[in-house]
Amino acid sequence: MNPGQVLRFALAGLASNKLRSALTCLGILIGVGSVILLVAVGNGSSKAIQASLNSLGTNSLTVLHEGAGSFFAAGASSGAQSTQDLTLADAQDLSQASGVESASPVVSTSETLTYGGTSATTTVDGTYPSYFQASDSPIASGRYLSNSDVVSARKVLVLGATTATDLFGTASPVGQSVDVAGVPFTVIGVLQTKGSSGLGSADSTAIAPLTTVQESLTGYGSLNDIIVEAQTPALVDAVESEITAILDKAEDVTSSSQANFEVLNQSQLLTTATSTSHTFTVLLGAVAAISLLVGGIGITNIMLVTVTERTREIGIRKAIGAPPGVILAQFLAEATLLSLIGGALGVIGGLVGTRFTIVGVKPVAVPASIALAFGVSLLIGLFFGGYPANRAANMRPVEALRYE
Amino acid sequence: MRTGGTAYNARTDTSRPVIRLVSVTKTYGTGDATVHALRGISLDVVTRDYVAIMGASGSGKSTLMNIIGCLDIPSSGHFFIDGIDSAVLDEGQLALVRNRKIGFVFQSFNLIPRMTALENVSLPLSYAGVKSAERRRRAEAALALVGLRDRMRHQPSQLSGGQQQRAAVARALVTTPSLILADEPTGNLDTVASRDLMNVFDQLNAAGRTIILITHEQDVAAHAKRVIHVLDGTIVADERRVGPDDLPPQLRRPAVRS
Repeated sequence: MNPGQVLRFALAGLASNKLRSALTCLGILIGVGSVILLVAVGNGSSKAIQASLNSLGTNSLTVLHEGAGSFFAAGASSGAQSTQDLTLADAQDLSQASGVESASPVVSTSETLTYGGTSATTTVDGTYPSYFQASDSPIASGRYLSNSDVVSARKVLVLGATTATDLFGTASPVGQSVDVAGVPFTVIGVLQTKGSSGLGSADSTAIAPLTTVQESLTGYGSLNDIIVEAQTPALVDAVESEITAILDKAEDVTSSSQANFEVLNQSQLLTTATSTSHTFTVLLGAVAAISLLVGGIGITNIMLVTVTERTREIGIRKAIGAPPGVILAQFLAEATLLSLIGGALGVIGGLVGTRFTIVGVKPVAVPASIALAFGVSLLIGLFFGGYPANRAANMRPVEALRYE
Repeated sequence: MRTGGTAYNARTDTSRPVIRLVSVTKTYGTGDATVHALRGISLDVVTRDYVAIMGASGSGKSTLMNIIGCLDIPSSGHFFIDGIDSAVLDEGQLALVRNRKIGFVFQSFNLIPRMTALENVSLPLSYAGVKSAERRRRAEAALALVGLRDRMRHQPSQLSGGQQQRAAVARALVTTPSLILADEPTGNLDTVASRDLMNVFDQLNAAGRTIILITHEQDVAAHAKRVIHVLDGTIVADERRVGPDDLPPQLRRPAVRS
């Protein structure tokens, strides 16, 4: 009795009830397919988060004024009563610190921009030219802010990609005049698309010289935040502690609980986001694994029915000389074929599924998950087919023959 | 195989029994519920013999057939087939003995559905590890022998009862076993098909096959050379009609119909 013949008997067994075999395969198909697809979705979303965080600039730090409404800072130092503001002097101090490439003060305000009959409400950031490099915001057309724009407080504006399309559609905005809260500004440039970071669109923005924004829109109050760029990514941590030291000194803060500013490190955000999306991936994988398990139980169920249904056939085979091992092999092969066919189709289905964008996420297939899901489906066939096959092999021929 | 000379040629080793039962008992259940299916049966069947075992239902003849067929083992006593004691064999070895030494013919045919006659007949050879081409050749020869040469590609559902039973006979003899064991082979057949089938058995015995029939029909038993009556688990009569090496009775007296 060679393996080829066992396989042929098994195939004949499966073919004898095609619908049932197909439905059992479907259980495994869905299990394997969903493992591959859901892990790919988790992986894809984690890749997307990483990419958008990278687009914020990995060697930049954001110094936020406590109480400026940062939701990152919530709970970090809630007891702070001192309302020492972030000032231009602070930004000046920070830009002098060692390892710091630039420190760009930012004042933000939400304004309605109007062009012709179209209007868009967006964040207007007043800042210095170094902001573009620090926040990794390259320009798509037109030009950056210049130092003379800042010094002369020119009413010029660089639009985010979304703001530009909202106001101008496909037309070129450069050189056009836009009203910001009734004040006419000239558009000098448009930023490249950055994509969503999951924390609001980075493209729905407008950037103007700090002096202009203070003069025309916000008045000369405190800064909202300061974007500090380290010279290299490796220096980010050192720069962070330096910022803390400088600002503590400037604001005469003696303990961290009194600090009224918050330093946000992009790499920390990245770590947090990555571990969150990892948890998300594991969770999705676990849900899919459960469906694979259910598929496996389906195999046991169907094989038990098959063995019972074919009790008489088993009796005949035993009477004409089939040893228990061959009967075991035949039914084990049937179960394993079911799970292998289901698994192979599941791999194909899963991979086809990863071609589509799912709930806004472009899935990225993980090769290990494919190998794992397929291997597990094989093991499921052997494991879940084992009990029914064993039952068939150990049937007593006399009783099996008597079975009606 | 229709030549009477075949039987004549094999007069040599009738002394060696194909099967031997020594004080075989079989009980089912325990305590008050104990059923004594066999109460001490001793029996030898020699090569080329043609034995009918008769008895009413409940007489223990089915249990006897299971023990002779190595489908079951005795509670006490010994059963030898070709000198091998079935009690010392495990399930795998019993399967091997059934495959090599015994050909079964059942009352309800017991062909495997959805397999053609040829595949059904090839099946015991598959379990014996015979190669594909050889399997096919031998299965075709066995089917030709029972007159089913033109029905080889048919599935059991496409065959009449008589044809199914002849396919089952072909399956029983394809491994050239020491013994063909038939349990009520005509039980589900009409008169014509029964006569055809018994003729096949007669020819096989004339060609040298050892056959044991379990039956309760006198007409069927009339084909055998030796008739054994079983009642309440014991042998009550053992009647030798024709010598083991002679032609079966129905072939000796062509005028008599079964």
